[in-house]
Amino acid sequence: MSVLYLVLPASMLLALGAVLAFRWAARRGQFDDLDTPAWRAVMDDEPRRKLEESSPPTPT
Amino acid sequence: MAIITTDSASGTRPTAVACTHCTLPVPAGLVEPGATDQYCCAGCRTAAAVIRQAGLDGYYRLPERRDRKVEVTARAYDDYAHESFRALYVRPRDDGLESTELFLSGVHCASCVWLVERVPLILPGVRHAELDVRRALAHITWDPAEVTLPQIARALDQLGYAPHPFRGANREALRLAEERSMLVNIGVAFAIAMNVMLLALATYGGWFSGIEREFEQLFRWLSLALTLPAYLGPGRVFLRGAWSSIRLRRLHMDLPVALALTAGMARGAVNTVAGSGPIYFDGVATLIFLLLTGRWLQHRSQRAAADAAELQASLTPSTARVIDTDGTVHEMPTVGVMPGMAVHVRSGDLIPADGVVTDGRSHVNAALLTGESRPVTVTVGATVYAGTANLDAPLTVCVTATGEATRVGALMRELEASAARRAPVVQLADSLAGWFTAVVLVLAAATWWFWAPRDPANALDHAIALLIVTCPCALALATPLAISVATGRAARAGLLIKGGDVLEALGTPGVLVLDKTGTITEGRAGLSEWRGDDAVRPLVLAVEAHVNHPLATAFRRAWPLVDVPDASDVHVTVGAGIAGTVRGHRVLVGRPSWVSDRAVGQPPAPGAGPVDDGLSPVWIAVDGAVVAEARFGDPVRADAAASLATLRAAGWQLRVLSGDAPAAVHAAARAVGIPVADVEGGADPERKIAAVRAMIARGERVVMVGDGVNDAAAMAGATVGVAVHGGAEAALAASDVYLGTPGLAPLVRLTDGAARTMALLRANVVLSILYNVLGAGFTMAGYVDPAIAAVMMPLSSVIVVATSWRGRTFDPAPETPQ
Repeated sequence: MSVLYLVLPASMLLALGAVLAFRWAARRGQFDDLDTPAWRAVMDDEPRRKLEESSPPTPT
Repeated sequence: MAIITTDSASGTRPTAVACTHCTLPVPAGLVEPGATDQYCCAGCRTAAAVIRQAGLDGYYRLPERRDRKVEVTARAYDDYAHESFRALYVRPRDDGLESTELFLSGVHCASCVWLVERVPLILPGVRHAELDVRRALAHITWDPAEVTLPQIARALDQLGYAPHPFRGANREALRLAEERSMLVNIGVAFAIAMNVMLLALATYGGWFSGIEREFEQLFRWLSLALTLPAYLGPGRVFLRGAWSSIRLRRLHMDLPVALALTAGMARGAVNTVAGSGPIYFDGVATLIFLLLTGRWLQHRSQRAAADAAELQASLTPSTARVIDTDGTVHEMPTVGVMPGMAVHVRSGDLIPADGVVTDGRSHVNAALLTGESRPVTVTVGATVYAGTANLDAPLTVCVTATGEATRVGALMRELEASAARRAPVVQLADSLAGWFTAVVLVLAAATWWFWAPRDPANALDHAIALLIVTCPCALALATPLAISVATGRAARAGLLIKGGDVLEALGTPGVLVLDKTGTITEGRAGLSEWRGDDAVRPLVLAVEAHVNHPLATAFRRAWPLVDVPDASDVHVTVGAGIAGTVRGHRVLVGRPSWVSDRAVGQPPAPGAGPVDDGLSPVWIAVDGAVVAEARFGDPVRADAAASLATLRAAGWQLRVLSGDAPAAVHAAARAVGIPVADVEGGADPERKIAAVRAMIARGERVVMVGDGVNDAAAMAGATVGVAVHGGAEAALAASDVYLGTPGLAPLVRLTDGAARTMALLRANVVLSILYNVLGAGFTMAGYVDPAIAAVMMPLSSVIVVATSWRGRTFDPAPETPQ
């Protein structure tokens, strides 16, 4: 049972890591808009062209 | 090319063709035979060209597309490049790029997200575009060396999303920061609660299968170490709330919460150190998490108040063309215009300040201020107001008032004052808080008093268990959760509810005040009267099929004929009429003066009954003889009478308050069955506010339904303001609810849904109180130990969550027939 002395702190550390990750994400505004990303994922059904393209693609 | 099938018997040729861009039917005369792509209007054609040009054909393969005509404002947006505009809205970035937020009108579905976020492909130089669809806010980043903001604005306009500068970025940033810190707190509380729960499970398991004392003590100390930060960190908000509740001597829900948390925490800590007795850490940690979640849901459903200065600025142009003493005209920011200056207003521009006309003669559309949709003639000496539109000829105006001193500025100040003064709708749970706290405290004291002589060792624990079991967790979750789920459903049904608290006011019938123009009526031209032979109708439709003028659209709506003959040799005289040859006949449709110059005779005499002078006439001539007259007015919405009858049957008191001429208002009210006594016409915006305030002062709950700037202040002053589909920006800002689908039927769905939400909410509250009564009973009898309390408490919350989620509130919007 003394393995608990190892496992418990380890699991607490893991939880701490998850909390820190969540805090980082929340502070960067990843949860600000909960509606649009759902639609964005559905709609993005074709490869996005690179945004840095300097000229518009020719019409197809 | 998509074919819309109709139930017509003709069947020989396609009856209607869908617009390639917006999928709406294309007027018969605009159909290009043999072409793959068909467009209903110039706006859609341009938008489609822009999209094709950028290689974004994928747009037309999206499963769901925006089914609205592209309405282009064709503004130049030159003011977006002006110094004063840039200083206010454009943020330069460290890497040389610039960014801003634009509020887009007409954004409402997934295809809008797709298209707006692909603006970088349409306009090279735009680096990034991101759309928040719920708030219709686009974040745009661009390279000023390659592209300018007016170009970006024009591109968005061409796609049908007219941009407006987003005013209030600072307040928005504050709100976001607060919401983010709440989220972080929830995350921390959740992680702690789950870990403490795991430890608690282990100790509870130990009761049955045995546990070594060493490990039990380890778990207890660990639980204490975990719960203390949750109590002092995320849980602090409740302690603070309770403290201010004590200081202000007003009972608040935070008080019983803080009491339960503190009692559980303190007793748990004492028992941990003592090494025996129950600890309450699992209950305390879970409580903190659930309560914070409820609070966050509530915060998200609140809306920002309207800001008068921002609204006034959004209604008036940001630049003015000032005439110097030497006669030269130069453009300057409107804020720099002073009374006494002369400004030049081109036709089609908005008037930047209040003033007197010193030169020119034109028509001004003052619908913004008066609600009167017909343009007013202005000549030298006439007073014109900021924000109204100069329609057909240039004017020179001597400025008398600017900025907040203008009539529209005063109106917007009024709006802000009304919104600020409005008492928040008292929420059911808050009104129960006082009772609740008192009862819980008395019960806890009674429990201790009862057990102290009988079981001195456990008396305190029984009292603390009672505090924890009765902690108003379900109660605190019930209201925000039910409202949050309901507003989400309402949004999907096309009803945008900005403040969840208004559901409470809409749930029980009160006084419903309606505007006329654009609310009861359609706010656009419709065929009201037809005098002439029905056989002429197809000929009229044939020539009108070639244009997209409002009257042509009105003809098509009035006569959904399918077999429209082809017209040839069609010629349009702008502002006068249209001529064409149909089946060998020369057909003229236009203003009486224009038609009578080209044809002889008079239309058939009016039949019996009053002649409504509010209607505009159009004459029709065939082969040189006037044969018919069509009269256009602002027709009552098709669903108005039925919807209002339903509302009246539900107990709502209906009233009409309109800025239009009393005769027209009375006619519309008659058509929907509202008695004359409850109708007031000729009310200017100031009168509307006064009337609404008077009703509020009499203690009535007033729901104001309107669409224009002239209704906005009254809407903000009412208990609940409802903006109908297609309303002005200021009306939207002042409203609590925006009806996303046209007509008055959504109003019925809104009140029905609100009533059902309130019923659900009451059921939730009853459930959670029932749980509390049961829990209190068992605890007082001494049956509840911490383990059972820990299970019961989340269970009550789960039940509340389930009923909120499953309950029927707002029905999805019915399919609207096109």
